[in-house]
Amino acid sequence: MNEAISLFPLGWQHYLLGGVFIGAGVALLFLFTGLVGGMSTVFSSTWSFVLKRSFFQQARLTDTRVWRLVYALGLVLGAGVWWLLMSDGTPLTTEVPVALLLVGGFLVGYGARLGNGCTSGHGICGLGSLNWPSLLAVLTFMATAFLTANLVAWWLA
Amino acid sequence: MSASSLTPGKFLAVLAAGALFGFGLALSTMVQPEVVLSFLRFEDFGLMLVMGGAVLVTLLAYKLAPRVLGRPLLGGYFHQHVSHWNRDTLTGAALFGVGWGLCGVCPGPAIAGLGTGNWSLLWALAGIALGALAQGLRAKV
Repeated sequence: MNEAISLFPLGWQHYLLGGVFIGAGVALLFLFTGLVGGMSTVFSSTWSFVLKRSFFQQARLTDTRVWRLVYALGLVLGAGVWWLLMSDGTPLTTEVPVALLLVGGFLVGYGARLGNGCTSGHGICGLGSLNWPSLLAVLTFMATAFLTANLVAWWLA
Repeated sequence: MSASSLTPGKFLAVLAAGALFGFGLALSTMVQPEVVLSFLRFEDFGLMLVMGGAVLVTLLAYKLAPRVLGRPLLGGYFHQHVSHWNRDTLTGAALFGVGWGLCGVCPGPAIAGLGTGNWSLLWALAGIALGALAQGLRAKV
């Protein structure tokens, strides 16, 4: 029991329940529409509204750009419901410096699109499909993320 | 789906699915970069439970729905998640991890976090959009 407490110093129930809700969202999307709902593609498909370049005009992006935006809108709404009903109403903030958010974000966007998936695409949908290339992708980004986060913490300390 | 527009039914289903996803991201505190970074620094293993719970429910739906239903409730067909193991997947995943380790934000939480009033995440969102743009401009298609 002490072991469990030290692994989850902030408790574990909200993690598991939150994960079940995330899975329920992906499952609902699949049951009703048959679509596979990773999150990173919306960052490519949305550019197709304004950019004529052939890469962004591929059918796999233009045919899915509307539902992907609606899905993203749902994400904001769902988190907003949590904020209104279950938090104290103070806007959340982060101490992560703007430069790290911007540079880290850039690598996240570039990498997720080059590797065709992120934590939800390879992680949830890929592992949920028992897809072994996705498992390798997850192990790869977990390894580089562990390494980077610890290096940054050690460097800032 | 061949057409890019949505019927009202599909619009609602996609919106509701996104809302469940976003609610789960907020409830699990994954919308807070500090929580993600504490996982990546081995201080709190909660993200394993988030992933485990989400993958388990998804696995059940992906395995059972095609057998039980035959086709999605609103028509169309059950898509399959396709991924390939090649140099782009390896390089992309590695870079994604470096970025995730730097900022503690991945695509879902960057979007959902806006619903919790965390406007700082707009910086991460801008970074992700620019990164995806750069990838598309460099790609040979």
